[in-house]
Amino acid sequence: MSSPAVQATGRPTARARLKKGGAARPPNPRRFGIEQRRNVTGWVFLLPAALLIMWMNFYPMIQAFILSLKTGRGTRLNFAEPLWYNYQRLLADEIFKLTVQNTFIYLIVQVPIMLVLALVLANLLNDRNLRFKGLWRTAIFLPCAVSLVSYSLVFRTMFSTDGLVNDMLMGLHFIDSPINWLGQTGTARLVIILGLLWRWTGYNMVFYLAALQNLDYSTLEAARIDGAGSWRTFWYVTVPQLRPMILLTAIMSTNGTIQLFDESWNLTQGGPAYTSMSMSHYLFELSFQKNPNFGYGAALSYVILIMVAILAAIQMKVGDKRD
Amino acid sequence: MTRTLRRAPGYLFLAVSAILSVFPLYFMVVSATNTTQDVLSSRMLPGGNLVANFLALVASQDVASAMWYSTVNAVATTVLALAVCSIAGYGFEVFHSRGKDRLMSVLLLAMMIPFAATMIPLFQMFANMELVNTTPAVILPAIATPFLVLLFRQASRSFPHEILEAARIDGLSELSIFARIFLPTMRSTYAAAAVITFMAAWNNFLWPKVILVNNAYQTMPMLISNLRAGYVTDYGVLMLAVLLASLPTMVIFLILQRSFAEGITGAIK
Repeated sequence: MSSPAVQATGRPTARARLKKGGAARPPNPRRFGIEQRRNVTGWVFLLPAALLIMWMNFYPMIQAFILSLKTGRGTRLNFAEPLWYNYQRLLADEIFKLTVQNTFIYLIVQVPIMLVLALVLANLLNDRNLRFKGLWRTAIFLPCAVSLVSYSLVFRTMFSTDGLVNDMLMGLHFIDSPINWLGQTGTARLVIILGLLWRWTGYNMVFYLAALQNLDYSTLEAARIDGAGSWRTFWYVTVPQLRPMILLTAIMSTNGTIQLFDESWNLTQGGPAYTSMSMSHYLFELSFQKNPNFGYGAALSYVILIMVAILAAIQMKVGDKRD
Repeated sequence: MTRTLRRAPGYLFLAVSAILSVFPLYFMVVSATNTTQDVLSSRMLPGGNLVANFLALVASQDVASAMWYSTVNAVATTVLALAVCSIAGYGFEVFHSRGKDRLMSVLLLAMMIPFAATMIPLFQMFANMELVNTTPAVILPAIATPFLVLLFRQASRSFPHEILEAARIDGLSELSIFARIFLPTMRSTYAAAAVITFMAAWNNFLWPKVILVNNAYQTMPMLISNLRAGYVTDYGVLMLAVLLASLPTMVIFLILQRSFAEGITGAIK
């Protein structure tokens, strides 16, 4: 959509410049020809990707908004009366509210713990005198090698009532009888949070490691020589320099958690009674199961979109302010 | 001595983190070789039931078909994504103009669009084109990503301008400069992009689940997810299926870990 518009404004200006120069005789008229041709070549190179991104992201995003104003089943959809009917209905939907609450519990508990853990691990790995660095790094990064579905099923097996975790806890006499991890609200949510921590801490650690490698090691040594302990060096020298990366990982993690689906679907199946279900899981249920309601689903999907945008904006504001 | 002692908590923390990170995967591998009773009695050593689990799995599920569809989807996505995004990233950087820069910042906004918000219209779109249950529908939304375009644009920054000019003076066309000079020199960027794209495509679950309505076309993540839905779960068989679904990406990770790390962090340099 916007690519032809940009193209249209981009080319005539070059042409206008050529005309203007023509009056005063340009020093090298052929030069303009080459540059113009290169400009067009550039557009041709990037056009397939640009059009695909428009077609597969922006276009459906707009369609989803229009859809969210419609009601009806299947393909027979009409504009709702009032237009914001689906949104109104969402506000009264108890399951929707529950899934928002669940998603935010995951977000608020898991993201900060994960980022702090990742930061501490990256800081430990950045020590030049550390031994077996490659081994630690590979081991902690390894969970990223498996899919979300795979690890969800492994966790589901480990946390089943007659599974490994209960056996271990009972063997250590921490508990007397097995815990029904996935059958109770609190523990089901806990297992999802543990799963997310397990899968993504190493991923974020790699981002911090990359940032630490670009960071001037002499600032850390200077702090050490000035008598700052390792904790103070970490907090006052390392962390401030990593702020842009912390902001980026916070936005990525928030974005990912709000869109949580695979774990909710495979690990807890949203249960018990919707209390561990994520928003995307509910969206899938509304849109593709039993009696699909695309209009209502689209309204829910727009709430997710708006939440992602608002949370990213807040984080950027907070991340910038401390500068 | 005191120095080593001072480092002890750090090593301890790393060791605990490393063990916790590897343990569930060790559990998966070991359980794939055990009977369901062994898994439930928390046997932590490899057993002799691998072949029996495999036979039980292939008897009830079309694993070969799911492996085939997963491979086709992931390979096609990777090849097309690399081709389309690398030439675009190159175009944005080497021929940059104000208009292109503006377009790039618009495209980057797409990174913030949650997939959930495009899923339903995408499904409708492919349904209208009668592409439900087909490979093009699975891969089309994954081919062009702002992230990959950005990755290649950043990489193009380090492409020496002198080489470009020399090639132009030698009379090479712009396309052959890209294909014959840029492409071979950027091998490590291509490797990084290929690793992250392949892994993401192989592991993708939600979109294939939406668009592949017919289970005959299901991918490995879909297959293992459906196994879980059965009434009686044989944990040994389940863990073997999960292992098979994870094996390709685990092998790639262990061989190309550096490329993977470069891939996920490469676009932000």
